[in-house]
Amino acid sequence: MIQYSDNEMMALAAGRFIKDGDIVFAGTGVSILAATAAKRIFAPGAVVFFETGGIDPSLDEIPMAVADLRAMSGTALNSGLIEAFSIVGNRRLHTIAFLGAAQIDRYGNLNTTVIGDYFKPKTRFSGSGGACDVATFASGVITFMQHEKRRFVEKLDYLTSVGWYKGGDSRRELGLKRGGALAVVTNLGVLKFHEETKEMYLTEYFPGVTIQKIVESTGFPIDTSSAVEAPAPTPGELRVLREEVDPQRLICQAILAAPQEAK
Amino acid sequence: MNRYPEIADRLMGLDEAVTRFVKDGCQLAIGGFTITRNPMAVAYEIIRQGVKDIHLVCHSNGQALDVLIGAGCVKRLEIAYGGNGRYAPTCVRFKKAVEGSKIQFEDYSNYQMSLRFLAGALSIPFIPTKSGLGSDLMNYEGFSRDVRKEPKVANMKYAKIANPFSEDKDEVVLLPALTPDVTILHVQYVGEDGTVRIKGLTFADIEQAKAADKVIVTCEEIVPRSFIRSDPDQNSLPSFFVDAIVKVPYGAHPTACFNFYDSDPQHLNLYRKMAGDDSLFKEYLDEWVYSVASWEEYLTKVGMETILKIKANPVIGYAVGLDRK
Repeated sequence: MIQYSDNEMMALAAGRFIKDGDIVFAGTGVSILAATAAKRIFAPGAVVFFETGGIDPSLDEIPMAVADLRAMSGTALNSGLIEAFSIVGNRRLHTIAFLGAAQIDRYGNLNTTVIGDYFKPKTRFSGSGGACDVATFASGVITFMQHEKRRFVEKLDYLTSVGWYKGGDSRRELGLKRGGALAVVTNLGVLKFHEETKEMYLTEYFPGVTIQKIVESTGFPIDTSSAVEAPAPTPGELRVLREEVDPQRLICQAILAAPQEAK
Repeated sequence: MNRYPEIADRLMGLDEAVTRFVKDGCQLAIGGFTITRNPMAVAYEIIRQGVKDIHLVCHSNGQALDVLIGAGCVKRLEIAYGGNGRYAPTCVRFKKAVEGSKIQFEDYSNYQMSLRFLAGALSIPFIPTKSGLGSDLMNYEGFSRDVRKEPKVANMKYAKIANPFSEDKDEVVLLPALTPDVTILHVQYVGEDGTVRIKGLTFADIEQAKAADKVIVTCEEIVPRSFIRSDPDQNSLPSFFVDAIVKVPYGAHPTACFNFYDSDPQHLNLYRKMAGDDSLFKEYLDEWVYSVASWEEYLTKVGMETILKIKANPVIGYAVGLDRK
């Protein structure tokens, strides 16, 4: 049996969503691994770019932050934040953004700001960064999560980035013309959103993971009726990830997409 | 006698630049982003001079933001993101200060903050966007009513209006402009005519500089007029925006500077460890900031081994194969 890490499985599961021609907005951690994997394995015609302004970097080494020098080396163009956001929200482009979060709700809204009270936090995280902007403007958002009950919650402590808001047409009614949560990729499986209600449902569980485990790790009820087992990574895919994308194994093994809450 | 007559009156040391332009209670913007091109030499000098009650306005400023907060220089913060990539997913002293209610803070997003600087640069009072609709960014005001009466603090965090150009219901968010008292940048090149050239990503540096009343630029090199003018498409800021120029090689250390040096993983890891503990953090500041008499002494402390390790391949832009664990 082939051994692989959660991050490798998540990167490949997310990478499969990317199509040739997509413009992929990469954040930090497993999201950079997924974006690079998508380009090297599933969609060589996709373009990876960073919110800091680096467009289509060579990615000979994997960036460890969106401002890493590797996000600005061998690029088609280096610019700034405002130019980068003019790409995320550009009406001609199909942009898919990878994000991570501390909490998510059933409509794919994200919290990267705070656990507990905003003014007297139990745990303070980094904050929105570009996440609120990207969730507003991108054609679709794929979120990486550690699949735990305390992270998949009925009510977010703070809604940093809008997914499907309150479900149904509520996102459009807010005044957001496009976009929304496309999928959630966790260490246990892949979830999507119901076309009308916009509620999260399980579409894939990873090899070795039971549906029961996923239901128990989710803080709200989810429909699992159409879930199937996800394909395990192939030796070829793992070879690309380990030898081409992340030969230093900086992300393949160790790093989580989501901020860790203090114990 | 004077090698750079055109900028002689603006060329100065770190101490003079900070003494002249960074005052107690000033509103300060910092260039760079998380682990890249933070103006660290200036940040350390601000700490050494004990500047107090700074109102920091940031998008994603990592290391400089964290040391300034940790050293107690910051009273008030407007921020989109306090993180240092893999080295500190949430900046350590920022996190402690917010959790311990040690500073006044208000959250925005990166694009919102960038637009606010742009509005300041354009001399317009506010700027519209769609970003923020539905987000709690719009539901939680961090600053009290009293704080909102103070200079350079907007009287409200956001406003919302109906798109006046549309018949349909279409809500738009308005962001108040930012006009910092001073913006500090670290860049690769300043020409002997004062023109600034930033290599690699510019982040929001240009908008931050144009929005400010005063601008301090530290640089890796001062270069001949013939060089800076032979390829002006590469330049970032004209000379007349720059009030102080300080040559500080490795002035962004431990953050990175494209084409010159990478971020210093060992130092950033050391910082994260020491910043997590109040007494260790005090030791860190004593060792790396307060007891350092000159920038040369700082670089001597960093050491030749590290300097060589993080030195960028100038063709590729970063230190190839650098151990970043």
